[in-house]
Amino acid sequence: MRRAGQALLVLWAAFTASYVLLHLLPGDAILIKFQNPELGLSPEQLARIRQAYGSDGPAAYLHTLLGFLRGDFGYSIDTGTPVVERLAEALPETAKLAGLGFAVAIVLAVGIAFTPWLRELPSLFVAIPVFWVGILLIQLFSFRLKLVPVIGGSEWQQLILPVLTLAIPICAPIAQVLARGIDHAATQPFVQVVAAKGASRRWILWRHVARNAMLPALTMAGLTFGELIAGSVVTETVFGRNGVGRLTEQAVSSQDTPVLLAVVVLTAAVFVLVNLIVDLLFPILDPRLRS
Amino acid sequence: MKWIVVALVLLWAAVPALFTGYDPIAGVPADKLLPPSTEHLFGTDAVGRDLFARVVHGAVHSLSGAFVAVGVGLLLGTLLGLLAGSLGALVDTVVMRVVDVLLSVPGLLLALTVIILLGPGTVNVALAVGIGSVATFTRLARSEVVKVRRSDYVEAALGSGGGFAGVLWRHVLPNSLGPVIALAALQFGAAILAVSTLGFLGYGAEPPTPEWGLLIAEGRNYLATAWWLTTLPGAVVVAVVLAAGRISRRIDELARRA
Repeated sequence: MRRAGQALLVLWAAFTASYVLLHLLPGDAILIKFQNPELGLSPEQLARIRQAYGSDGPAAYLHTLLGFLRGDFGYSIDTGTPVVERLAEALPETAKLAGLGFAVAIVLAVGIAFTPWLRELPSLFVAIPVFWVGILLIQLFSFRLKLVPVIGGSEWQQLILPVLTLAIPICAPIAQVLARGIDHAATQPFVQVVAAKGASRRWILWRHVARNAMLPALTMAGLTFGELIAGSVVTETVFGRNGVGRLTEQAVSSQDTPVLLAVVVLTAAVFVLVNLIVDLLFPILDPRLRS
Repeated sequence: MKWIVVALVLLWAAVPALFTGYDPIAGVPADKLLPPSTEHLFGTDAVGRDLFARVVHGAVHSLSGAFVAVGVGLLLGTLLGLLAGSLGALVDTVVMRVVDVLLSVPGLLLALTVIILLGPGTVNVALAVGIGSVATFTRLARSEVVKVRRSDYVEAALGSGGGFAGVLWRHVLPNSLGPVIALAALQFGAAILAVSTLGFLGYGAEPPTPEWGLLIAEGRNYLATAWWLTTLPGAVVVAVVLAAGRISRRIDELARRA
C-alpha cells in the first residue's frame, strides 16, 4: 500500500515537473502557430485560442491535471486532434515492437549470461548507438543477404529488424546483472553443500544458482522499461514505423507540447507501474522476503 | 589501447589539419561515392567530400558537446548530492524525490523535453543531454557524501572548529569525488552516444557541419550503394565510447584502492 502511494506521488511529480518545464517556453507552440501575421488574428482572439487549449496560469494546470486523470490529454497543437486519438493510433505499433523487443532482449540476456565466451558482449552492446545498429542490420540483412525485404514484406518480416535493434541495447544491462548474479551465487556455501551431496552441475545451475541470480536481473529488467520507449523513438525513426516513438520525434520537431507531455507522463506511468509490480513480485519469488 | 583511442580523437578535435589534407565541407564532385582506398581512407560521400576528413573535423563538435553535457551533469549533480548528503533530512528528502522523478523518465525523453523548450542546436543538445544525466550524478554523489560525512576525520574537523562550508569543501568534497569522476568518464561515453543520437534525429548541428550523428543520418540515403558512409563513422563512435567505458572502469578501480 505504501509503495503504491509512493508510486502515485512520483507520477504526480513527474506530471507537474514536465508541465512546468514545458510551459516555461517563452514563445510557446500556440504563439508559433497562430502569431503568423498572415493569419491576422487580434490579441483578443489569440487569448481566446490560448484559453481553448487551456495553456494559461494555475487554473490551466489544474484543468490539465484533471484532464489527465480522466484520460483526456488535451489537443495536439500540430493537427488539432485530441492527443488521445493520436496516441491510440500509435500505441499498438509500439506495444508490439516494445513487447517483442523486451522478450527477445530477455532471451539474449539469458543466452549471454549462461555462455562464458559471450560475457564480453554486453559492454560492447552498450557502446553502440541504437540508430547505427538499425542501419547496420538493414544493410546486412536487407541489402547484402537480401533476407528481409526493404519495402513490402509481411508484417512479421517488417518487425524482425526493428525488434532486434531494440533488443540489443536493452539486453546488455540485464545480461550484466544476471552474469554477476550467477558468479556470486556459484560461490555461496549452499552450492558447495548440494555439490557435496552429489547434485549434477546442471541441477545446481538451474535449481540453485539461476534461481538466486534471477532476482537482481528482474529488478534490472524493470529499470530498462523506460529505455524501451526511448529506444523505440530511435528505432521507429530509422525504420519509418508509425508508433509512439515517431509521434514523439514529430512532436519535438513541431514543438507540439501537449503530445510530448502526454508521452512523458505515459512513459513515467508505465515505468513506475512496472517497477511497482517488480517490487510486489519479490516476496512471491523469494520466500526469505516474506515477513 | 583505450588511452590511444581517446588521445587520438582529442588530437583530431584540437588539430584536425594534422591528420587530413582534405576539406570537410567542400567536395570534388568528380570523386563522388568512392569506396575506401589509400587515397580516401573512409571513401567519399555523394558530393565528393572525403569522409575521413569529415569524421576528423567532426570530432570537435561531438566531443565538445559531450564535454559540456558531462560538465553540466557533474557540476549540478555533485552540488545537489553534496547539499542532499550534508544539509539534513528535509533537503535530502526533497532532492532525492526529485531525483526519483527524473529517473522515472528515460534520458532521451528528458533531453527531448529540454530541446522542445530551448529549440534545436549544438549547444542546446549538449545542455539537454547534461540535464538528462544530473539525476545519476546526484544519486552517486549523495551516497558518497553520506559515507564520508560520518567518518571520524570529518567529525574531527568539525569538532576542532572548522566552519561547516569549509569542512565540506576541504574534506567531504575531495573524498567523495573518486567514484563521481569514474562516473563522469562513463557518462562521457554515454554523452557521445546521446549527442550523436540527437544529431541523427536532426536536433543538433545543421548540415553541412560534420557532426558524427548527422554524418550517419546523411549516409542513410546511400545504404544500398555506399556502405562506408554509415558504417565507418559509426565504428569511430563505438571505438570512442568503448574506450571511455574502459577508462571509467580503470578510474573506478584506482579510486576504490585509494
